[in-house]
Order: sequence, then structure tokens, then C-alpha cells
Amino acid sequence: MKRIPFTLWAGAALSAVFALAALLSFVWTPYPVEGMTIASRLQPPSTAHWFGTDHFGRDILSMIMVGARTSIAVAVIAVGMGMALGVPLGLLAAANRGGLIDEIIMRGNDLIFAFPALVIAILITAVFGPSAVNAIIAIGIFNTPVFARVTRGGALSLWTLDYIRAAEVAGKRKVRISIEHILPNIANLLIVQGTIQFSLGILAEAALSYVGLGAQPPIPSWGRMLAEAQTMISFAPHMAIIPGLAIVLTVLGLNLMGDGLRDVLDPRLRRAR
Amino acid sequence: MITVENLSLDIHATPILRDVSFVIEQGKVFGLVGESGSGKSMTSLALMKLLPEGSLRSGSAMMDGRDLFALDEAAMCRIRGNEIGMIFQEPMTALNPVQTIGDQVAETLIIHGAATRREAMKLAREKLDRVGLDGARFPLDRYPHELSGGQRQRVCIAMAIALRPRLLIADEPSTALDVTTQAQILTLLKGLVDEEGMSLLLITHDLAVVAGVADHVAVMQEGRIVEQGPTEALFRTRAHEYTQRLFAASSHRPAREPTVQDEVLLQVDSVHRSYALPRRSLFGPSPRLEAVRGVSFTLRRGESLGLVGESGCGKSTLTRAILGLEVLQAGNIRLYGQKEISPRMPNALRAGLQVVFQDPYGSFNPRWKVSHLVSEPFHLMPRTPADARERISEALSEVGLRPSDADKYIHEFSGGQRQRIAIARALINRPDLIVLDEAVSALDVRVRAQILDLLARLQESHQMGYLFISHDLHVVRAITDRVMVMKAGEIVEAGETEAVFADPRHPYTRELLAATPTIPAHWIEGNRNETLV
Repeated sequence: MKRIPFTLWAGAALSAVFALAALLSFVWTPYPVEGMTIASRLQPPSTAHWFGTDHFGRDILSMIMVGARTSIAVAVIAVGMGMALGVPLGLLAAANRGGLIDEIIMRGNDLIFAFPALVIAILITAVFGPSAVNAIIAIGIFNTPVFARVTRGGALSLWTLDYIRAAEVAGKRKVRISIEHILPNIANLLIVQGTIQFSLGILAEAALSYVGLGAQPPIPSWGRMLAEAQTMISFAPHMAIIPGLAIVLTVLGLNLMGDGLRDVLDPRLRRAR
Repeated sequence: MITVENLSLDIHATPILRDVSFVIEQGKVFGLVGESGSGKSMTSLALMKLLPEGSLRSGSAMMDGRDLFALDEAAMCRIRGNEIGMIFQEPMTALNPVQTIGDQVAETLIIHGAATRREAMKLAREKLDRVGLDGARFPLDRYPHELSGGQRQRVCIAMAIALRPRLLIADEPSTALDVTTQAQILTLLKGLVDEEGMSLLLITHDLAVVAGVADHVAVMQEGRIVEQGPTEALFRTRAHEYTQRLFAASSHRPAREPTVQDEVLLQVDSVHRSYALPRRSLFGPSPRLEAVRGVSFTLRRGESLGLVGESGCGKSTLTRAILGLEVLQAGNIRLYGQKEISPRMPNALRAGLQVVFQDPYGSFNPRWKVSHLVSEPFHLMPRTPADARERISEALSEVGLRPSDADKYIHEFSGGQRQRIAIARALINRPDLIVLDEAVSALDVRVRAQILDLLARLQESHQMGYLFISHDLHVVRAITDRVMVMKAGEIVEAGETEAVFADPRHPYTRELLAATPTIPAHWIEGNRNETLV
């Protein structure tokens, strides 16, 4: 086919490193993550502990690996939830474009967009208690309108095409046309948006954990590692730098991958190049 | 004035142009005619040095002793707009929607340092007056969306002539416009050439357009100029075999022996359809656009009925209503005399009705194979027929394709082949009525002639009724038994096609006929024995 853009393979490689680390953590970590060895606490990176240890003497590399698992799981489920709700809503709005259903769905979207995401997350966790599951629900809710908008936008342009008219003349109903004709032709858009939302999900999970509303101890989480490091930043900077880098690199990798995918999948940009 | 010699062009090693040579004289119109993909537009882009990446060009283009091809980009920028102006096909996208028309015309002047802003605006006013947009109705602060297609094309022309270029390149300048607007734009261009002494390179696929405007014509085929000469001489002699084929195709009329039967297929009874427009005031009622106002007609089995009209006349709304995709405010549409067409009609009734659209590229889901595309109307059957595979093969053979084409994807086919696939899709359920919505308008003349033949043959063998919707009067005359002329939501004239064309009663019909570009009859005579496509 055509040349794979640099952004795509660089982004995919970066993302793959973290995904593999997360997978590997199920069977092996250099040290047990919950193993506290007070004697070897606050060690800087060394051959024994590549990324050093924290204030309880836990191995940071092991925690990063297990933390990747938490981040990825939360982001994947939250984005999946956003897609599962948002895509059908977007398809429904586009199928009834200009009608009452469209108006209700899109104004409902605007309403969700108008709420500050973090405040709602705090609200949810304040009511139901802080946990990874509640973080997922909070992030998932805010992903829904994003997918609904992208889906509706892509679908609207397709609804004007003659092949949709031909399907209507063949007696197909809106739901069937949406599934058969519209969805496969906007899949590209959704994949790209999914990648970008995935990186935002990882950031959101880190932010929620940072303020203590995400995954609870002893489950390691990048955001909480950062929170714990902040009082010790002057004498153990590696404790903040390592999880910080992990977040930055994962998000960077996913964004690069999203950009690369868009270049490959979006025919409009393909022509422009 | 400009002399192009041995222009050859390759893009990414694909040959595009081969040894193209021509001379455009001062104050003359040079017509470049050819089918899509023949290299017409690339020739003009090569002159402007606006070629895509990966282009390899040879030859020369001498303008006043300078070779344009030898100039660097900075020098070329001074020439573009200043000495060579250009107009494109699509006036809807050629203007910047967020800039006023005055600013856009003035911009060319300011960029080339020809005037200060104040002078530029004054000149812009003059140029807009010159192209027929007077200051009272079209002040400089109008935006493109407030203008019609023809008016926008006039703005494009005003921009192109702002600096009084010596050569104006017009690439299909009237193709996207209605016939009456097309005639006005062509008259305007011709007037500019005569009065301002500029030269015009007119690129078009339409032989009739060049016949009316050009002094000199070149016919292009597959990147070569196969024949060129003074317009009348070239049209009379038609030395090259390709010119003859183009000619035959553009005036082609399929051999038809209409057998109109008594059975009424479609009965349209005083149909009204209006749309609500955006409210003008907060509490006032929203104004309504009357798209279709009391249209009535009947169509019989085996009959081919034409519907002509310009954009915005309500053709599309009426078509959608006949296809059962619109809710009517008043009146009704019946199929087979008694069963009513509506968005909620049963599938069994819908199966009697099919459609072929204009755009061979937008008519198919790009992710489906041909077999899947063609068999989509099987959805109207209670269950997929057991002999589905055979029926797909049969439908494809009927439209002149191979049964093995069923396993291909749509992007593997040319525009003409796609239109055949669209016809196969329309045929597969053996409908009694096919709506042909500008079905041949996007096709090259030779392909169009083939599709018209195919349609005539299918009608004869299946005794279907055709509702043939088109803005092209030549085509309607070639394929229909009766014709209706639609204007502003109403049918203003209807009758036997030949009678209407020979003796139009309504002033609007006369206007349409007068505006349609035609090759003078005496140019065609004497060469009647040419073989058809």
C-alpha cells in the first residue's frame, strides 16, 4: 500500500512498550509491588532498582508496570463506555437530523460539555466513594458527548449521499441504514477519535488518582505516585520524575498514533499530501 | 500571443500530456475540447506552472519572447493574476466565504502592488460593474453566500480580469451553471474578449459551447491534440476519426420505437410540498418555501417522460416525493392507479419503483462489493430470492458488464461502468418505473451515448416507464416521448417532446431553448454518413 507515516509507527511503538509492560506485570515484576523494604527506601536509580525505590522501599519500576495496568484498564473501559453510549446517540441524532430527537440529544451533549469534568468526578466519588470503578464511570460519561458529536458530524455528511438515498428507495429503515452504510464508513473517524480519547482518559485517570479519587491503595497508580512524591521532591526527585515521564510518554505515544492513523485513514488528508 | 510548443508532462512517471502545441492569438478565443482525463485542465495548469508534485515537464510556452517554463517561482507569481487570469468550474468553492466580494476583487490588485487599498476598492467597483453586478444591487460588502451561482461566477471573472490580464484561462466556466446562466456567462466572456482585447483559453467538454464562442478549436484525446483549426472549418470537415466520434456522440439519439401502453403507471395529482424557512423574527410565523406547487401528470407503461427545469425549480423535491421519501402537504401520488406512494408505503409497492442518480461516484457504498450493491433492492422482497446469484449475473449482463464483475469493489470501475451498475441495481427487482435523476449528466459524451442506447434497449425489452429528469435539453429530446417544463414549483408547459421543442408555447420554454448551446445545423450537414459510436 502506501508508506506508513513516522508518527504512526513511533506512536505505536511507544504505546506498545507500556502495553507490554502492563501485560508483563500480570506474570512478572522485578519485585513484588506491595513488598515494603524500609531499609532500602528512597534509593535513587541503580542496577538493583532501575528506577529507584519510594519512601516505603517499594520498587518504582514494578509500580510503574502495575500502574500502567491500572491506567490502561481505566482508560480502555471508560473510552469503551463513551463509545458504546455516544456512537448510537450520534447515529440516532444524524438519522433524525433537524428533528426533535436530534435537538434533544445534541442539547443534552452541550449540557454535559458545560459541566467541568473534574468537579463531576469529585461529586460522583463523594457520593459513591473513591474507587477505580467510579473513576471509570466519571471519565466514561464525559467521553460520551465527544463520540456523539464526532459520529453525528461524520454521519451527517454521509446522509446526503446518493447511496443512502438508494438504500431508502430499497425500503431500508433508518436504523438499518445507520448500521449497514453509515457506521462502517465513519469507522475511521471513530478509531482516530478513540485513540485521542484514550490518551485523555489516561490523563484523567492520573488526575483523579492524584487527588485521591481514583484507584485506592494498595493498587499502584501513576497519579497517586506523583501525589505521594510531591513532599519528597527535593531529596527524591526520581519519585516524581519517573511516573511523570510514564504519563507524558504514554500520552505522547497515543497522540502520535492518533495523528498517524488519521493521516493513513482520512482520505481527505491523504489527498492533500 | 502565447505559443506552446511540444509540451509534454509526466506525473509520477504516468504520461499526462504528449507534444501539445498550439498558438493563442491576441484577442481571440481558443477552445480546448476533450473528455475527462484527456489533459485539458493539466494543459492550463502547466501554463500557470501550478502543477502537482512529482511533475516532469518539457517543451516551451513563449509569451512575448519569454519562456514561461524557464521563469522562476517569483517571476511566475508576478505573471499569475497580472498577465494570466484564471476562472474555475465551481463558483461555489472558488470564493472565500468569509470575505466580501469587494475585498476579494481588490485583493488581486493590492497583492500585485497595482493600487492602494482605496484605489483598489474603486477599481473593484468598476470591474464588478463590468461583469454585470451593478453597485445598487451588489455593493462591495456583499458576501459570496448572498449570491447565486451565476453571480459568484461573475465575481470570479471580475477577480480574474481585475488587472486586465492578456490571457484569461476559463476551465469549464459554465458547466456547473444552469443553461440560461451559462448563456449569460459565455456572452460576458465573449464580450470581454471583443472589447478589452484579451485572449481566452476556454476549456470545456461541450462541443456546442465552443461552437458558439471559440474562434479556434483544438480537440484533445489522451494527452495529445489530435486535431485543431478554425472552429467552423474544424466542425465542418472533422478530419480526425476521434473528432468524428465525439461529434456523433454529442448529437446521438438512440433508435427508439416507443410502445406506450394504456396502463397508467404513475399518477401525480396536484402535489404540494413546502418547507419551513428560518424565522425572520422571534415570534413571527416562519416563512415557507413552496418547492412544489400543484403538480399533476400521468406516466404510462412503456412511456418515457422528461422533466426539465433549472436548479431550484423543485425537480429534486418532486423526485423525492415520487420515490416515497417526502411527506406531502396536499395531493397524492399513485402507483398502478390506486396504490398511494408515501414514506410509509409497503415494500411490495416500493419494489415497483427504482432510481438511478446523477453522481456515479456518490451512488455506491465504497465498502461493498458489486454483488452486494446490486442486490440491495432484494431487501424489498419478503426473503432473498433463492436464485439471487443468477439474478445478479443476469442484471450485470443486461447492462453490458461481466458476471465476474460482481466480486469487485466499486472503485475498480470507471464513471460509465458505475452508471451501468446503478442501472443494474435499479433493474434487479424488475420494477415497472425507473426514475432517472440526471442519470447521464455527469458522463462524457461518448459514454453518455452508450448509456442512452442501453436505456432505450432496456425499455423496449422490459416495457418500463421512465421518468427522465434533466437540465440538458438535448438529452431529453433524444430519449423522451413527452416532456414537462418546470419552473418555480409548477409545470409551465407539457406535451409531446418534438412538438414542445419545435413550437414552444411558454416564454420560459423558449428562453431555455434559446439559451441551450447548439452547433449550427449547416455545420453538421454534409457529413451525415459518419458511423455512430
